[in-house]
Amino acid sequence: MGPGIIKNENAGMKMFKDMKTVEERILNSFYHFRWKLPIIQSDNVVMEDEVEKECQIKKVEKIIEVVNLTKKFGEFTAVNNISFYVNRGELFGLLGPNGAGKTTTINMLVGLAKITDGKIFYKGEDLTQNIKKAQKFIGVVPDESNLYEEMTGYENLCFCGSLYGLSKKVRKSKSIELLELFGLSDVANKKFKEYSKGMKRKLTIAAALIHEPEILFMDEPTTGIDVASARQIRNLIKDLHRKGTTIFLTTHYIEEAERLCDRVAFINKGEIIKIDTVPNLIEQTRESYIVEISFEESPIEKIRQLLDKLNQQFNDIKCFIKNQTTIKVISNNKINISPVINFVSKEGFFIIEAKLIKPTLEDAFVKFTGVEIDMMKKEKEKK
Amino acid sequence: MKSFIAFWNILIKDMKNYYLKPPNISWGIIFPFAWMLMMFIKAGKTFDIIDVFAGIVAMCILFGTTSMLSVTITFERKSRSFERLLLAPLKIELLVIAKISGAMLFGIFNSIIPILISVLYFKAPVSSWLFLTTGVILLSAISTLLGLFISVTAKEVFEAQTYSNFFRFPMIFLCGLFVPIKALPSFIQPLSYILPVTYGVDVLRYSINGSNHLPLFLDITILVTFCIFLFYFSIFNIKRRWIP
Repeated sequence: MGPGIIKNENAGMKMFKDMKTVEERILNSFYHFRWKLPIIQSDNVVMEDEVEKECQIKKVEKIIEVVNLTKKFGEFTAVNNISFYVNRGELFGLLGPNGAGKTTTINMLVGLAKITDGKIFYKGEDLTQNIKKAQKFIGVVPDESNLYEEMTGYENLCFCGSLYGLSKKVRKSKSIELLELFGLSDVANKKFKEYSKGMKRKLTIAAALIHEPEILFMDEPTTGIDVASARQIRNLIKDLHRKGTTIFLTTHYIEEAERLCDRVAFINKGEIIKIDTVPNLIEQTRESYIVEISFEESPIEKIRQLLDKLNQQFNDIKCFIKNQTTIKVISNNKINISPVINFVSKEGFFIIEAKLIKPTLEDAFVKFTGVEIDMMKKEKEKK
Repeated sequence: MKSFIAFWNILIKDMKNYYLKPPNISWGIIFPFAWMLMMFIKAGKTFDIIDVFAGIVAMCILFGTTSMLSVTITFERKSRSFERLLLAPLKIELLVIAKISGAMLFGIFNSIIPILISVLYFKAPVSSWLFLTTGVILLSAISTLLGLFISVTAKEVFEAQTYSNFFRFPMIFLCGLFVPIKALPSFIQPLSYILPVTYGVDVLRYSINGSNHLPLFLDITILVTFCIFLFYFSIFNIKRRWIP
C-alpha cells in the first residue's frame, strides 16, 4: 500500500467517523470513494470493493441521481441548479409550497418536460437525453387523475398495461389483482367518470403500478380527496414502500411527509434548501424553543400585521402563522413569553393558550424555508 | 412486439372511444347524402354523377378526419389523458402513427358510403379501382395529418373546431372540387397548388374517368411529400409544445 493511498484512506476514515448513523457511513463512504476521490488503482480497489459489497448488503444504491438540474421557461427559472439522490427502496419526499418547482422537477425526471441544464442518472446511467429508457421502470401518479373518463376502471388498467407491452393475459390478471388490492373490484366495470375523487386517485395509482415499476413518482397523491381516502392512500404508500418500491413523493402536507418519508428535501422558489432524514431535520430544530400562542379566530391580514410588529419589537424571536387561530414563536434562546403575550393581547387578540411545544418537521420546514404553512395549504387547496 | 401491443391497443381504444360512437357513424352515413342532396338541388332536376363523385368522396374524407382527430387529441390533451401516452416507453413517432391510424380508418369508412351510392345506385364508372383506393388512402392520410397539425396548435376543443373550418372551407373552393382550378381568377390559382387536397382530388378524378389535369405520378409524389412533411412537422411541434 503506497503513502498516497494511506493519505486518502485516512481522509476517508475521518469522514467516516464523522457520520452519524451506520447507514449514512456506508452511504457516504460509497459516495466518497466512488465519486469524489481520484481513481485509486491496485490495493485500494479491495477496500472500494468491500464498501460496495457492504452497500449491496444494505441495499444502498442510488436509483436516481440528479446533478445541477435547472429548468427555465423563458426568463423564469422554475428549478435552479438542484442536486439530490434517491436510494433504492427509499421513500423520498420533496416538500414545498405551491410554485416551488416540485411538479416541474417530477416532469423533468419522467420525461414530461425538457431539461435546461444538468444531468439525471437512473441506476447509475446518464439518461438525461434518453428519459424514454427510464420510462420502462418508472410509474407516475400525476397530481390530477389522467385516465380515460369513458372507459371502465378495468379497461383503463388493461389499456395502461398495454402501453408497457404487457400481454393480454398478464394485463388482465394484473388489473384484477390491482383492483382487488385497491378495493375497487366492486366498481371495476363502472366508467371512470362515475368514480369518486378518492376512487379516481386510487385507480390512478393502480394504473401507475400495472407494469410493476421499480420507482414510483407521486405528485401530491392525497391533495383534494376526502380524509378517509387520503388515509387509505397513505397506507397503500406505506405498503408499497415496505415491499421495496422506491417512491418519490411530492407533497405540501408536512405531516404526510413526516409520517411517510425516509428522507425529505425542502424546496422553495426552485431551490433545494435542505435535504436530510426526517429525524435529523427535526433534530436540527431541537435547539430552538417554540411557543405556540392560540387565540380566537382572527382575519389573516390582522395576524400578518401582528407578526410584522412582533418581529420588529422582539429581536431574538421569529414569528410565523400556523393558522387563523395560532401563531408560532421560535427562538434559539429561552423565550420570555410574558412580554410577547402581553403584546399580542394589547393588539386585540383574545388569547386562549400559550404552550411550549416539541419541534416537528413543520417547524424544521418553517425554520429552513421561512414559508408560512397555513398559506401553503390554502394556496394549494385554492388551486 | 411490445411496441406493436401498445400501437394496437391505442388504435382499438380510439376506435371504441371515439370513432365507433353512434353520432360519428351516423355522421359518416348522413354526410354523403347531404352533399348529394345539395348537388341535386343545385343542378335542378338531375346531375351528372361523374362531376360530383370525386368531390363528395373528398369532402367526406376531409370533413370526417380533420375534425375528428383534432378534436379527440385536443380533448385528450385537455383531460390530460394524452400525458399518459407520453409517459409510456413509446417513441413519439409510433404514438402519433397509432393516433392517426384510427382517424385514417374513419376517413376511409366515410368514403365507402358515397362510393357505394355512386357506383351501385347512380352507376358511376370507375376506371381504376386501384387508384381510387390509393386516392382515398392518401386523402385520408393528408386530411388526418392536417387534423394533427391543427390539434398541436389548438388548446381548447372549440379552437380545434374553428381552426379545422379555417382550413377546410377555403379548400372546398380552391382545390378544384366544384369549381375547376382553371376557372379561378389567375391570382388565386397558385393558392390551389399549395393545397394538398388539390392533388388528392386529381387522383380521384383520374381513377373515375381519367379527367385529371396533372400527371398522376406528380400528384402521388406531392401527396406523399406533404404527408411526410406534415408528420415530421407535427412531431417537431409536439416535442416543442407538449414537452415544454
